[in-house]
Amino acid sequence: MWRYLMPIGIFVVLAAFFVRGLSLNPRYVPSPLLGKDAPEFELPRLKDPGASLGSQDIEGKVALLNVWATWCVGCRQEHGLLVELAEANDVPIYGLNWKDDRGAALGWLSSLGDPYVASAFDELGEVAIDWGVYGAPETFLLARDGTVLYKHIAPLTREVWASEFLPRIVEQCGSLPCPLVESE
Amino acid sequence: MIRRHLIAFGCVLFLGTAWAIDPEPPFENSALEASYQALINEVRCLVCQNQTIADSNAPLASDLRREIRQMMGEGATRGEVTQFLVARYGDFVLYRPPFQSTTWALWGAPVFLLAIGAVVFVRILRARMSQSLEESEPLDEIAS
Repeated sequence: MWRYLMPIGIFVVLAAFFVRGLSLNPRYVPSPLLGKDAPEFELPRLKDPGASLGSQDIEGKVALLNVWATWCVGCRQEHGLLVELAEANDVPIYGLNWKDDRGAALGWLSSLGDPYVASAFDELGEVAIDWGVYGAPETFLLARDGTVLYKHIAPLTREVWASEFLPRIVEQCGSLPCPLVESE
Repeated sequence: MIRRHLIAFGCVLFLGTAWAIDPEPPFENSALEASYQALINEVRCLVCQNQTIADSNAPLASDLRREIRQMMGEGATRGEVTQFLVARYGDFVLYRPPFQSTTWALWGAPVFLLAIGAVVFVRILRARMSQSLEESEPLDEIAS
C-alpha cells in the first residue's frame, strides 16, 4: 500500500509547492521601508538645478513620490494617469528623476505634461538606493508623519490606484482633496 | 605537450571573465579588495535577480558596487554594509539570508530532504539484506 501512496503523496506535495511558487511574482520584492520613516534626501530640482528638493518639502503632507526616467517604458505607460491624478489634485505628486539625462527629462515633461509639484534630479542614483528603488516606475505613498504607507512597483493603473492608494489616502486625509495642514 | 596547449587554450577561453567590471582600479590594500570581491559576490542584483552584483552590468548593480566600494574604502565592516543593503532592499538582496522565521524552510529543506533520503536508503538496504539471506530465486528464472 505504502509503495503506491508514497509517490502520489510526494507528487501532491511538489505540486502544491509549484502551484504556490509559480503564482508568485518573482519581480515583486517587498520593501522593508513600509511603515518606517521615509529616507531623508536632498537633491537639486530637475527644472531648477540651483534649488533643492528634499524631505523638508514633503514633510507633513500626504504625498506621492514617483520614481521615473525617460529610459523607462513603464513610466511612459503610467504618465497619462499621473497627469490625470495631478489634475484631480487629491494629493501632491513629487517626482524622483532616476539616473536620467536632464535635457531628455525636461523634454519629456514639456511634451507629455508635468504631473509633478517638483522633481528631484538623482543623476547618480544615490537617493534611489536609499529608497530601495530597483526598477522604475515605483510609486511611494507617504503619510503625514513622514512614514512610507505603501509602495507600488510597476506602472500605476486605475485599478491599483482605486484598490491600494485611494483607501489609504482617504484614511489618512479624512476627505479629498487631502487637506494640507492637519486640522487641530 | 598537447595537454599543456589544451590547458593554455582553455585558460584563454575564460579570459573574458577575468576582466574587472568596475571602472575604478582595485583597492591597493589586497585584503580589502578580497573582502570587497567576496561581498559583491554575495549580493543579489535586484534587476537581474539570478546574478550577483559582481556579475551584473545593470546600472543599479554598478551603483550598488560604487556605494559598497565607497563604504568599504571609508572603513565600513562587512556587517555594516550588509545592514545598509538589507535596510533598503530587504533580505532578498543577500544570497545567504539569515536564519529566521521566514527562512527556516529554506535552510531546513536540504537537511530534511537528506534525512528522508537516509531513511529510504537504510530501509532499502535492510530489505536487500534480509532478501539475500532468504536466497531469492535466481534472476534467469524470474526473467523467463
